[in-house]
Formats: sequence, structure tokens, C-alpha cells
Amino acid sequence: MSTPVLETIGLVKRFGGLLATDHVSFTLRRGARHALIGPNGAGKTTFVNQLTGVLTPTEGQIRLEGEDITHRRPEARVRLGMSRTFQINQLFRTMTPLEMLLLVLGEREGRGLHFWSRLDARADLVREAATIAERFRLDDVIDATIATLSYGKQRQLEIAAAFAARPKVLLLDEPAAGVPEAERQDLLDTVAELPEDVSVLLIEHDMDLVFRFATRITVLVNGAVIADGEPAAIAADPAVRAAYLGEGKDA
Amino acid sequence: MLTILFDGVAYGMLLFILASGLAVTLGLMNFVNLAHGSFAMAGGYVTVVLMQRYGMGFLATLPVAFLVPALIGAALERTLYRPLYDKSHLDQVLFSIGLVFMSVAAVDYFMGSQQQLVHVPSWLRGRFDIGGVGVGRYRSFVIAVCIVITVLLQFALTRTRFGSQLRAAVDDQRVARGLGIEVGTLFTLTFAVGSGLSGLGGALGAEMLGLDPTFPLKFMIYFLIVVTVGGRAGLIGPFLAALLIGVADVAGKYYLPQAGAFIIYALMILVLLVRPQGLFAAAR
Amino acid sequence: MSMARPTASLPAANLPVAGTAAPAATTAAPAPDTTSLAGTLLRRRRAWKPVELLFWGVAILAPLMLPRSMLLMNEIAILGLFALSLDLILGYAGIVSLGHAAFLGVGAYAAGLFALNVSTDPLAGLVAAMLAASVLGLLSSFLVLRGSDLTRLMVTLGVALLVFEAANSWRSLTGGADGLQGITIGPVLGLFDFDLQGRTAYLYSLAVLFLLFLAARRMMGSPFGLSLRALRDNRLRASASGVGVNERLVLVYTLAAAYAGAAGGLLAQTTQFVSLDVLEFHRSADLMLVLIIGGTGWLYGGLVGAVLFELFQDVVSAATPQYWQFWVGLLLVVFVSGGREAVHKAGAALRRRIAALFGGRRA
Repeated sequence: MSTPVLETIGLVKRFGGLLATDHVSFTLRRGARHALIGPNGAGKTTFVNQLTGVLTPTEGQIRLEGEDITHRRPEARVRLGMSRTFQINQLFRTMTPLEMLLLVLGEREGRGLHFWSRLDARADLVREAATIAERFRLDDVIDATIATLSYGKQRQLEIAAAFAARPKVLLLDEPAAGVPEAERQDLLDTVAELPEDVSVLLIEHDMDLVFRFATRITVLVNGAVIADGEPAAIAADPAVRAAYLGEGKDA
Repeated sequence: MLTILFDGVAYGMLLFILASGLAVTLGLMNFVNLAHGSFAMAGGYVTVVLMQRYGMGFLATLPVAFLVPALIGAALERTLYRPLYDKSHLDQVLFSIGLVFMSVAAVDYFMGSQQQLVHVPSWLRGRFDIGGVGVGRYRSFVIAVCIVITVLLQFALTRTRFGSQLRAAVDDQRVARGLGIEVGTLFTLTFAVGSGLSGLGGALGAEMLGLDPTFPLKFMIYFLIVVTVGGRAGLIGPFLAALLIGVADVAGKYYLPQAGAFIIYALMILVLLVRPQGLFAAAR
Repeated sequence: MSMARPTASLPAANLPVAGTAAPAATTAAPAPDTTSLAGTLLRRRRAWKPVELLFWGVAILAPLMLPRSMLLMNEIAILGLFALSLDLILGYAGIVSLGHAAFLGVGAYAAGLFALNVSTDPLAGLVAAMLAASVLGLLSSFLVLRGSDLTRLMVTLGVALLVFEAANSWRSLTGGADGLQGITIGPVLGLFDFDLQGRTAYLYSLAVLFLLFLAARRMMGSPFGLSLRALRDNRLRASASGVGVNERLVLVYTLAAAYAGAAGGLLAQTTQFVSLDVLEFHRSADLMLVLIIGGTGWLYGGLVGAVLFELFQDVVSAATPQYWQFWVGLLLVVFVSGGREAVHKAGAALRRRIAALFGGRRA
């Protein structure tokens, strides 16, 4: 088995007396469709924020492709191949989707300091932005101000922007949260259509989506991993049922 | 040496009274009111006018110097300030700078641009000696008044129903409303008291700090420093910061007159860089 | 949370779309290929609009129409450049500053001292002014990287106060309260002497403004400029998109300082005098007003604001010179308390009309 694309070793995060991440050792395999679940307040977002560099762990190590990235800045992690979406939309509200995608592509290609170049100087990047827009059903709104987009489109853009960084690891933080039924299918389709070489970690509340999508599931409760395995095994795990599924399934 | 320390403490106390209202509006209510000094100036001019035109005694003018700015403050809070509570800091800054400019020009128009002199009663003039240290009478008086006010303020904020309601309202307006607290009235009252205290400080300080139409601009930065350096969690931090600044400023002007206000500004920048939450803020 | 900023609409960003994209989408019978559509959109966005050409045309021809107001127009050009500088950091990168006068002042003193001690050549002096201001900008940029908007306001104000105090105390260099006197400036490019009506002064300032504006336009339309807007819109997402937040902020802050320095240099050279006034707080505050009047986040905001501000000042201070500040204050209060939305709505409506006027012919 090859080296895991992303792993954490004994990750600990304390806020004062609170143990928000409790010695989590976690492995994301190459090409995985992996879901991280857990009841509210289980520390899922805290965990993701450490992976992406928004928070610094108190102890432990994070490795991306075997390289220690525990103390790298968020933007450096993006360049090393890990990008994310946010639970609450974090978009460039005054830009258009086209501009936002070009921004990500430009940064990926190291053009962020090119102050004399034009946005459309690289035809291949414009083409790629257009392709991504189509892939994420954004081609009809590429020139609308992002703040005016429907919530569903904004969610699509969240994922599209993370995807545009051409990540090896893509972290999806509750991508379907709050998306109305009408736009939901589009979103689920785009998530299902993500290319195989991208390893995906899905942080999700929605059990439906998790069991449809994931081939492996990790369960976090009170900051600690209580179960890790294939969906069927997780669904049958009594500890998981007690801690989580019993109350979450009908939510 | 001790005289400088004493003068510095008096200056610091005065700064604290002047800035205490800001400590509440900025520190607790998170509103950047650069026009705080305008209320102080109003208090100072109330005293000047009452003494010069109506022959009132200095002490008798002080309550009025509190009341008039407080009323102006309440009126402005109701009309202009309130809609800006949830706007950005930048908007609040621009708005209150506007008020500063208006008040500076208006006072200049009505009162002239010259320095105003406040004649304190004869029993407050001069110095007396304590163990060889020359101590100004007026400064002792200021310190005494300021201590009383500080104690009252701290008591009002931490021990009374008003104080606990205010803290609740600042923490979470919706919850406070749900508990039946009249948040609007509470904020108006707080703002009024803050403005009043500032006015009182302006009246008390006219003799020590001088009083002319540019007062709000000249001292704006000092008030802000007191609050931001002191930390925005309560009154103790700003109080200590005010004392620190008072002593540092007086000592700096005495020992290094050519450095001007350099030291204070440099200190402020340093503190804000190292501890953006302020020197005395509880770590969050 | 700390990035609370006015979500003022960005008139320039939306302008070309409103008039042009919608008809294109409805008229094209087969669905347009997204790639070519994207290319078209990007080209359109950066293309010069007729209104822009009109603006600069009027600016160039102004001396012929109003030969007596050249000094005023010179002031407008300089203030416009100064406001453009603030817009680079406030409107594009989202850094609030209450101390932009520091860079204006340093530029002015640098240009004045350069003319007194090194050479009277105006262009060389201008370069010196920009360099001096950008050094201060670079050094102080590290102070605005951290903290909340409030911290930044305080720190920028503090830096400006420090510079003021320094200029005030260092009399041997700056002349203290007397200022720098006896500055003479040689002809521009060795050809055009400065005249009393201010004709050369205006055209010189306008030329500098135009060149720096061109550069700013190019830079703000580049990937670098786009990353600044990203920072302003959402710093969290910017860094999650691979934008090196600190490096960009340092760069744009230094750039803006250089622009402000150029404005200061022009001021010193065209008035042949520098005093502590260039470092006063009201310079920074007035500048904010200028930019609010014109609107932040589009390059013409500062220029339009400068025109309106100076005209307003010209009228008002002719009536009551010493109470000018009152009116500035009133304008600020009115603008923040709701006037801004009204003006910008009216402005947007006007622009739509103009765009429709010109756009209709092209389509």
C-alpha cells in the first residue's frame, strides 16, 4: 500500500481546559472517498481547521504526501495540494465566478505577483476556468456578481474554487448544508463526479449523503476517533449507534 | 521627581475621567467614537461661559458641565449614533470625525479660537508641602474628585442592577431584550453618562490641559490610547493605562522635551502590535 | 469577523456587464461556448470605456476652457492622485488608514529637500519623493498586517503622528514650523518652465497623475490586483486559495505609499513650499471624505471625489474660509448617515444611462 496522501499523528488541540481534538491519528488514502462524521460539537471543524492551517495544533503532526506541514501557513498548504470548502460560504462577494476561478488558477500557477500581466494573458487558464464553470453548473452565471447568486450556486462555487486549485486532497466541509431541495441534486452530482485522482474528505452531517458517497468513514466524538472503517461496519457499530446514529438519522 | 510623579498621576486621573465614557462605548459597546473629546470640550466651555458671563463659582458650574454634555450626548445617541452601531468601524470613525470637525468649527465660531482661562477658586491655587514634596492644591483636588468618580463608576458597573443589565446587553442584545431589558434606553443612558463624565473632565481639566476649539482633535488620540492600550474588557485596564500614560507623558515632557509626544505614540504602536487586545485585557 | 467593511457596491466592476452581457446572452441563438464567452467578458472588462476617454479628454482640454482656474485644477489633480493612493489600499486591499498624510508629507519633504540640496529637476525630485515615501510605506506596512480594523486605524494614525512629531522636532532638516522655503524647480524635461498661472503646474501634475493612473489600472486588472480584491472581500478564503496574504499587503501598502509620495512631491514642486500642514491629521481625514464621495474600489472614485471636493471647497471657503472644516464635518456625517447610499444609487443610475447611450450604438 502506498503512503497515505494525508495523515495526522497524535493530533491534539486544547482551548484552555477543553480538549477539542483528542490524539487523533487519521489516514486518508490516495483516491479515497472518506467521510468524517460526528455529532454537533464533536470537533470536526476544529480538526479541519488544523488540517488547513487556520488553527495550530497543540501537539502532534500533520503530513501531506509524507511531508510535515504542521506549521505551514494556509496558503502554503494550498500550493502543496490541499484545498477546502467552508461550512459557511466564504466567497469573494464582489467578484464574478469567472474572476474567482481565475484567481485560484492564477495563484496555483504562481501568477499572483504578476502585476503587469492581464487576466486573460494565459488562454489555457481561461479555458480551464470555463471548463470548471461548466463542470460545476456555473457556466450560466460566470459573469454575475457572486453576492447575487442563489445559495445553491454559491455552494457549487465553494467547491469549484477549491477544485480549481487542482488539489490532491479536497476537504469538503458540509457542502450540502442549507442547500434547498431543488438545487441539491445538482450539488450531489458534482460531488459524485469529482475525478478519481482527487482524494476527498467529506465532513458531513447528512447521513444520506455520507452513505451514498463514502467508501470509508471515521467517527469523531468529543474530539476523539471512536470508530473508523467501511460504511457497513460503521453502521453496525454499537458505539457509533449509541453516540450518534440513533439521534442523527432522523435529523 | 515625586512632584513629577504626582503631576503625572493627576494628569492620568483626569485622562481616565475624560476617557471613561469612551471605555464604555468603545470598550464595551464596540463603537468607535472619535468625537468623545467634543463632549469634553462642551463641558469645558459650559464652565467657562457660566463663570465668565454669569459669574458662577467654579464648583457650582461642575454639575452643569456634566449635565449639558450628557443631554447633548443622549440626544445625539438617539438620533445619529444609534443607526451606526452595527456599521463598520470605518463608518463610525468617519462619522465621528465629522462631528469633531463640526464641533471644532462651531465652537470657534461662537467662542473664538483663543485659549480660555478658567479661574479656580483661591483655596485651590498654589501648592502645599508634604514631606518636602511640592503638591499642587488643584491637582490634589482633581485626584480626589477622580478617585471618587472612579470608585462610583466601578461600583455602578459591577455591583448595581444597571451595571449587570448593561453587561448583559453588551454581551448579547437579543438575549438581553428577551430578558426584558430595555436595551435602547440602557445604551442611551450609558452614552449620556459617558458624555457627561467627559464634560466634567473637560471642565476639571481646562486649567491643566488648556481649552480651545481644537481640544477634541488634540486629545482624541490620548483617549483612544487609554482605551485601546488599557484593553476593552472593563474599567480597570483603562484606569491603569491612563495613569501610565499620564506619568509617562509628564515625565517625558520634563526629561526629554524635544521628543514631544513621540514616546507616547511609539509606546502605543508597540503595545498594539504586541498585544492587540490591550495591555491589561484578560487573555482570551 | 474583524473584516467588517462597507459592502459598498463596486460601480466600476459591474458597469460593463449590465449594459453588454445581458443582450449577448439573449441574442445568441446557439448557447455560446463558455471559453470564448469568458474571453470576451475579460476583454470587455479591461477595454477602455467611452466615458473614461471623455473624462481624460476633458481633463486635458480644461486649461483651454478655464484658463483662470489652473491652480485649482492643479490641486484637484494632486488630491486625485492622493485619493487614488488611498483607494489602492482601502478600496482594493481593504486596509483602513487614518494616517495616509504621513506618506504625502514624506513625499513633499523629500521633493522639497531634493530641490534645495540636490537638483531642481522636477522628475528626479518626483522619483526621490516616491522612493522616500515607499521606504516609509514598506517599513510601516508590517504594522498593519495584524489586528482588527480598529488596531489598524490606531496604528496608522500613530505612525502619522510620529512622522508629524519628527518633522516638527527635526528643525535643522525640515525647518520646523516655518517649513521649507525658497524652493526653486527647474523646467519639466528641461523644456517647460513653471509659470504663475499654473499652466505648466497643472499639465505636469495631470501628466504624472495620468501615467500613474494607467499603471494602477493595469496593475489592478492583473492577477496581482485580483488577489488584492480577494483579500478585501474575504481574507480567510484568500489564504485558502493560495494567496500569500502578508506579502500582498506589504506590496500594496508600499505601492500606495509611493503614489501618495508622488502626490506630495507634486504638491511641494508646484507650490514651491512645504510646511507641517502636509502632515496634519485633517489631510488624512479630508482624504477619507474625498474617497467616500467618489466611492471606493474603483479607480475613478478618488478622481471624481477630488473634483467634487475641491469644487465644493472652492465655493464654500470663498464664503466662510475659516469655517470650512464645519462643512467637511457635516458632509462626513451626512454621507455616513445615509447620504452615501443615495448618492451612489443616483450615480449608478446615471452611469447606466451613459453606458446605455454608448453601449447602444456599439451593439
